[in-house]
Amino acid sequence: MKSHVWRPLYAVIGIVALILIVRVFVVPESFGVHERGYMYGWYNKADEGSWKGVTVKYKSSDYCKDCHSDKYSSIMQTPHAIIQCENCHGPAMDHPENPARLFIDKSRGQCLRCHSRLPYPTSDRAKIRGIDPGKHNPGIECAACHNPHKPSLEGLK
Amino acid sequence: MISRRDFIKYSLQGIAAIAVPLTAIEIINPSKLFASKDAKKIRWGFLVDTGKCIGCGFCVKACQNENEIPYDINASRTWVERYVLTKDGKVLADSPKAGRDGFITGKIELGQGKYQDIKDEDIEKAFFVPKLCNQCENPPCVQVCPVGATYQTEDGVVLVDRKWCIGCGYCIMACPYGVRFFHPVYHAAEKCNFCYHRITKGLKTACVQACPFGARLIGNINDPNDEVGRIIRTERVSVLKDEFGTKPQVYYRGLSKEVR
Repeated sequence: MKSHVWRPLYAVIGIVALILIVRVFVVPESFGVHERGYMYGWYNKADEGSWKGVTVKYKSSDYCKDCHSDKYSSIMQTPHAIIQCENCHGPAMDHPENPARLFIDKSRGQCLRCHSRLPYPTSDRAKIRGIDPGKHNPGIECAACHNPHKPSLEGLK
Repeated sequence: MISRRDFIKYSLQGIAAIAVPLTAIEIINPSKLFASKDAKKIRWGFLVDTGKCIGCGFCVKACQNENEIPYDINASRTWVERYVLTKDGKVLADSPKAGRDGFITGKIELGQGKYQDIKDEDIEKAFFVPKLCNQCENPPCVQVCPVGATYQTEDGVVLVDRKWCIGCGYCIMACPYGVRFFHPVYHAAEKCNFCYHRITKGLKTACVQACPFGARLIGNINDPNDEVGRIIRTERVSVLKDEFGTKPQVYYRGLSKEVR
């Protein structure tokens, strides 16, 4: 065969070779077919580590109870014991170093999440004591009268 | 020349081979094989008790903080839906801001700033349904990814490789549950990953920890002594969109047919 037939073939072989060489440098070694085979198994296994390394922000009430034992033990006597400290006080992260002070959500909306009355027959929501936010002292923070750490009506300020 | 002894031996072996039922030489399912070899192999699963959910939205708030989802985007890794079924047969559902701030009004959000008021006496059923990624056994999002950026780990959680994702959006379209969205900061597909950084350290997910009512549970469904594993084995549970064949691993108690 004449060289004009071979020349484009050499060019194609050259391009393929170039792609394979680039692939060696660009595609990480851990990329390939893993446990689940060809349909579900293509991925870079090394990436799992980057997800495992994400910072944990919510530390749970167990993290709070040693230093704030007074607050912790008092709220444990109330129906609000089921609520995590961090739900209102914000994620602890590395508190007390970072952040030194936590932002406390004292907004009306925070209380209304549960205590806005919704009479839903097939949900436990109806069993929670609730108010009509439009009629019950609208515009005033609940914490102005109620103590969230002592939520019974005897705990009114 | 074959000896009589060999002839009889080979004949018997041949008959035995023919007698093997088809099921015995069926293609081996590797996951079943692994499970039988090592019963301690973890397979993360989730259990949602819709009867216990009261729609406070603490789970959504915790999830968004924990996983650095910008507060103002109209998307979330997990969300809470409200279903209200009226006595005249209407089904209304909403999830204002993914349920991030809870449900503080009885008005149903219809979108485009419109709301519908429902009288208390017209409600036949009303309940809340938390939703999150189902971490399917056969994840369609993984199947469609053209670059292998989304994948299933050995313990069953589907993750997204943010460096590898090209942002084509195929996975967002492929997910029958609509759990995926674009992360506006990382410019990659984003989804719930059962707080992989937490569960691999022995912690609960942020949403499970934040739920005051125990409506959300996470556990190893391979372990019959695990709470989630036990309930899935011994009680009545269902999954979403079973007919898609994705084998979702988020199980629901008290699901109603209106929930999709």
